[in-house]
Amino acid sequence: MAYNQVTTEIIAMMEKVVPGRVVVGNDVNPDYSRDEMPIYGTRMPAVSIDVLTTEEVSQIMKICYEHSIPVTTRGAGTGLVGGAVPVLGGVVLCTARMTKIISWDLEQFGVVVQPGVLIQDLKGAALQHGLSYPPDPGQKLGTIGGNVSTNAGGMRAIKYGTTKDYVRGMTVVLSDGEILDIGANVAKTSMGYNLTQLFTGSEGTLGIITELKLKLIKAPKFDVSVIAPFEDLDTALRCVPGIFTNTFRPTAVEFFEREILLLSEKFVGKEVWPKEVEGKQVQAYLLLIFDGDSMDEIEPHTERITDFLLEAGAMDVMIVDTPGQKKEIWDVRSAFLDCIFETHKLFDENDVVVPINRIAEFVQFFSKEADKYDFDITYLGHAGDGNLHIFGVSDDMEEAEFKRQIHLWMVAMYDRAKEMGGELTGEHGIGYGKIPYFEKYVGPRNIELHKGIKRVFDPKLILNPGKVCFRLEDLVNS
Amino acid sequence: MNILVCIKQVPNTQEISIDPETNTLIREGVESIVNPYDGYALEAAARLKDKNKDIRICALCMGPPQAEAALRECLSTSADVAYLASDKFFAGSDSLATSYILSEAIKKIESLEGIKFDMIFCGKQAIDGDTAQVGPQIAECLDYPQITYGLTCEVKDGELHVLKETEDGKEILAVNFPCVVTFTKPNFEPRLASAKRKFAAKKMEIQRIGVADLNGIDRAKIGLKGSPTQVRKTYVPQVKKGGTVFRDGPPGEAAAKLAKLLVDNTVVKDIE
Repeated sequence: MAYNQVTTEIIAMMEKVVPGRVVVGNDVNPDYSRDEMPIYGTRMPAVSIDVLTTEEVSQIMKICYEHSIPVTTRGAGTGLVGGAVPVLGGVVLCTARMTKIISWDLEQFGVVVQPGVLIQDLKGAALQHGLSYPPDPGQKLGTIGGNVSTNAGGMRAIKYGTTKDYVRGMTVVLSDGEILDIGANVAKTSMGYNLTQLFTGSEGTLGIITELKLKLIKAPKFDVSVIAPFEDLDTALRCVPGIFTNTFRPTAVEFFEREILLLSEKFVGKEVWPKEVEGKQVQAYLLLIFDGDSMDEIEPHTERITDFLLEAGAMDVMIVDTPGQKKEIWDVRSAFLDCIFETHKLFDENDVVVPINRIAEFVQFFSKEADKYDFDITYLGHAGDGNLHIFGVSDDMEEAEFKRQIHLWMVAMYDRAKEMGGELTGEHGIGYGKIPYFEKYVGPRNIELHKGIKRVFDPKLILNPGKVCFRLEDLVNS
Repeated sequence: MNILVCIKQVPNTQEISIDPETNTLIREGVESIVNPYDGYALEAAARLKDKNKDIRICALCMGPPQAEAALRECLSTSADVAYLASDKFFAGSDSLATSYILSEAIKKIESLEGIKFDMIFCGKQAIDGDTAQVGPQIAECLDYPQITYGLTCEVKDGELHVLKETEDGKEILAVNFPCVVTFTKPNFEPRLASAKRKFAAKKMEIQRIGVADLNGIDRAKIGLKGSPTQVRKTYVPQVKKGGTVFRDGPPGEAAAKLAKLLVDNTVVKDIE
């Protein structure tokens, strides 16, 4: 594709649309060159603009379309696959300042928001109305726009689904600047292709989301966390399918091992989790959540699951239902990712999904594979839906060698996940970092369909170029 | 050995509402929890029991009938038995009257159970009243030696060795049995409730102690009328806002500015 540089004339045109907000060259915030996974590379854009309205985005896109300027949209930049990195430079449009909650529809459990609203703010505001936005990604400081763009998941997916289940409609600005409203404000629709779902998870490659109509649910009034310590991970993971076949209906089932827990407790400076039961060391944990409208509704489940887990080999079962204790234990669990990022020089990650009855087998596989390499590994996961977070980390390897070895390990994992009937990514997306694996995973015909769809929406390939389906080298060499 | 742990049910909130008529706490509509410092006292007892299975832990709470929930929480983690001192004549007691009632209740439990408590553990203070008087006053009522601001403890050579916090650091004090120890926050949290214990705790009987059970208690020294403390006025402190934020320049420069401000205002003597 023939892309153009952002000239002073173009900057002047943009300045007319958003006076005082066109930031150029070295003045651009360096955060706009990266996301949370710098291993996939960083690049400064020529220009960044913090947009505030749909109309502004439309006007800016008209300019960029006319002059074939690459445009990368970003929210809070909490992605993990290089999705928000402007790999071709050009313009970064940041929607993080579009933070208005526009309207509530309390009778139809709906809310209309701008894309820059943070997940924690959306959840908090909904709760004030007795409502809940159920998707629960670990990173609560991400924006709703970014969450919709990657179809973020989180740990409550087993009961409540993922972001896609809560998007009713949206306003998008297309690559040529045209503003389009898609989706429905009612429960049913059978009108043509489901463009709303197509945009959900499209990572800013098809259009720019400037407003979202979201579905909410009545907030459950009570929740209880259940901790089950185990002597080994294998026993812990093998009881996961039974949690579902016995219809215990948990909201979340998480797993992790001793090592990462100890690290995280040290990191947050709290000692709250049980490490020993009757003199025996705990090696692995399952952490479950149950929620409902009353404790009477939840308790039968927690009583039954206690018996089940003890029968299945848990060393003990702890019920955590006081606000203070819940906060303490979840503070430690929630810090896992930060803890990994802060304590290691080099890290890379994948978030494959495997069938829940094969998690134990998959963990054994990638752990054994990793023995071939020089990096260390650490992992945790949403045991309830088979979505794992598997990290390769190193403090002493050369970056190039780290990347080379990690790549081989990733290939082996993705191949095995595919054999098992799993998915390459559960909630992070493809972005920049996962394109080669994605191509291999889904095959050429599927990729061609993706590219065809991309061209329909974005014929000049200016929207978040180099992500999802078109490789950077395809764009610069053609 | 026998340990009695005094616990209080407190509202889980920073902003406490006060009844303007009686100047006492309004508990309705506020979630209730076990006073966190009492939780540390109970955990200290549980850690002694971890080492010596023969130790029996008794939890005692004074409060309205709904304070039973707090005692069940204690039974869920480590208490073996629980008593609730609850009576309309106890209502409105200040810290002195409360200590008096609790010490009488302790004597009553001893006679009911046919034991003597070797240790009485309390939290250093309740997060609602914040007086830190009840533990020490119980020690006075019972004429027992006391150690305050305990962190951890162990039974050694027939004494209780308590690691306690002081203004300058920490020190270990040894005390004879029977004794009273009040506990502050150590660097660990109380154990979580085991589910089996929790379900069992729901069904356990919690014995009530009323004024009629306390033979010889001086009724003139209990309740609102028997309390020498007269609360004339209470208010929720204003949260101070504002302050200076050093946003410009590199972090080192901002730190230097802050240091100068602290020294100039004699908040600190000197900063190296």
